[in-house]
Amino acid sequence: MIDALTANQAAAIAAKLARIEVAAVYPITPQTTISEMMAEMVSRGELDARFMLMESEHSAMSALIGASYVGARTFTATSSHGLALMHEVLMWASGVRRPIVMPVAARTIGGPWNIWGEHMDVITERDVGWMQFYCENNQEVLDTVLMAYKVSEDPSVMLPAMVVIDGFILTHTVDAVSVPEQHLVDEYLPSFNPDPVLNIDDPRRFGGLIMPDWWTEFRYRIALDMEGAKKRIQEADAEFGKIFGRNYGGLVENYRTDDADVVLVIAGSAAGTAKEVVDHLRDEGLRVGVARMRVFRPFPSEEIAELNSKDVIGVFDRSYTFGDGGAMFNEVRSAMHGSDNIIKNYVGGLGGRDVTAAHIEWIFRNMLDILDNGLDRKIEWVGLRDGSGRW
Amino acid sequence: MIEIRFHGRGGQGAVLASEILARAAIMEGANASAFPFFGVERKGSPVTAFCRIDDRPIRLHTGIYEPDHVVVLDQALIQLTDVLTGLKDDGTVLVNSPHDPEDLGLSTDCKIDTVDATSIALERRLGSKSSPIVNTAILGGFARQCEFVPIKAILDSIRYMAPIKKEENAKAALEAYNRWRE
Amino acid sequence: MYETYRDLPPIQITTESTKGNQTGTWRTFRPVIDLDKCDRCYTCWIFCPDVSIIVEEEGDYPSIDLIHCKGCGICANDCGPGAITMEREPL
Repeated sequence: MIDALTANQAAAIAAKLARIEVAAVYPITPQTTISEMMAEMVSRGELDARFMLMESEHSAMSALIGASYVGARTFTATSSHGLALMHEVLMWASGVRRPIVMPVAARTIGGPWNIWGEHMDVITERDVGWMQFYCENNQEVLDTVLMAYKVSEDPSVMLPAMVVIDGFILTHTVDAVSVPEQHLVDEYLPSFNPDPVLNIDDPRRFGGLIMPDWWTEFRYRIALDMEGAKKRIQEADAEFGKIFGRNYGGLVENYRTDDADVVLVIAGSAAGTAKEVVDHLRDEGLRVGVARMRVFRPFPSEEIAELNSKDVIGVFDRSYTFGDGGAMFNEVRSAMHGSDNIIKNYVGGLGGRDVTAAHIEWIFRNMLDILDNGLDRKIEWVGLRDGSGRW
Repeated sequence: MIEIRFHGRGGQGAVLASEILARAAIMEGANASAFPFFGVERKGSPVTAFCRIDDRPIRLHTGIYEPDHVVVLDQALIQLTDVLTGLKDDGTVLVNSPHDPEDLGLSTDCKIDTVDATSIALERRLGSKSSPIVNTAILGGFARQCEFVPIKAILDSIRYMAPIKKEENAKAALEAYNRWRE
Repeated sequence: MYETYRDLPPIQITTESTKGNQTGTWRTFRPVIDLDKCDRCYTCWIFCPDVSIIVEEEGDYPSIDLIHCKGCGICANDCGPGAITMEREPL
């Protein structure tokens, strides 16, 4: 059935279709409508789940870890400062291998105060052992929540997943979304039956102290299973395509990259705008393409390395880590180490600044200029009010 | 692709109007997206909302800067903001006003129409007396002015999306549609 | 205001108090006081959430600060003698 939904509504409907059993939430802009819709669905009896309004995001994530131990399929959503407040519990969730799925309405972290969209909150949590899926549109949000459960709960993975929804740009935009039928979702996503579970009839201790003699090995298992999740993600995407007639190209979606000289690596909603710009520039005969980073954790190093043959690679970061370039840029550059192509970082779309088609067209023309004249500068802040008159 | 910009005030329902229009288009088999200018929600402050309608799936996730149509939910906004900014040369303007289009002081060659959505909303007791909700009435006028989304689809979408007084809201739209002055 | 990032102060600060926010532009309806009916009870002054009812000296008739009044209508709703009406903003 085609419906008109915001990405937040799509995420909540996906949670319902996934038959989640426990939702523990704390509201925060621009995620709040997910929490509200979960509460409504449970109170109306449309979703047979326990809904808990917690006193903080830290508590929400803690509650889900407990619920997941008992064997419940768990769900929450957050954003920005809420995600930051969860930080230590995020590491608990992955460390004790709970396959919690959490949409994150990606937003700035203050200060000064700013409620709008960018990727800083999720990029900051890239090292906590959670998978990260970045969505381009509302349909992908719905589909990815289902896929995320499929991958997370795979016994060979058992790691939590964030589904990144660009704050406001997707969370508050209505778009056409195909809502799958429940029986097809049930076919795709069987019920969650972890083993072992917390059971008073069969007492065990969970998450206790690991001494130095085994800590390294527990960490190594997480590293291995995160690596193995790459294959599971590809399989989950392919199986989704068979059942629902849509899939997303696995970890990296290549758009018109085959014969491209320059390729822009970009994540989230701006990738859609970038595809439109690619079509427009292709009409001019310019060989440009987009590699959409759909999954940032696990990092798609093989897919990125396949772009080694491209002369110029641009990496768009919708956040800035105060080091030497954006986080996506540095990881892409690292995956391409040893190749002789030129890699440039474009930083933009911060704090709700619109990433316009004109910005992206400027980026592609800049990359084509680099193709002829060499690298102008390593890091470019797109749309910066710098008095240059370029923007 | 058709792009529409709504100008309103917080509380008048400009954002919901864009969503109702997008839903109507989607239910008619088109693709559409609707989004507000992402600001701070304050009742009475000027807000803008946008709607894109196309045959193809909507991939653009960026603002609308050169709309085909402008819909103004409050005539007083004409003094406060440049409601014509970026409007295409062959575009249209619809203003909620009891006045005739030529009395609004808008300097454009684009087609301008008015519809008295405030009176319709007050008659049907939509919203409060100090803050009538005019979005559904003006959508009826817009359906008449632009004719690319059928009034029936707009009415169905209003009945689906209006949080309260669904039938009264649909009637407000139909009344604006029927009271149209050429 | 600022032209480029170079002009920004390193610490974010506004250049004026919130008095500079001309919230009167948010109005669709404005309060109009009929002084013949007003009994100077100052109920409007007490309840105005935007400090937009002006009473200079006790005993004065109230007036409206139209630069900041948002037109919420609370004054008209709470006025005992019905001296305040909300009128549509002129074009």
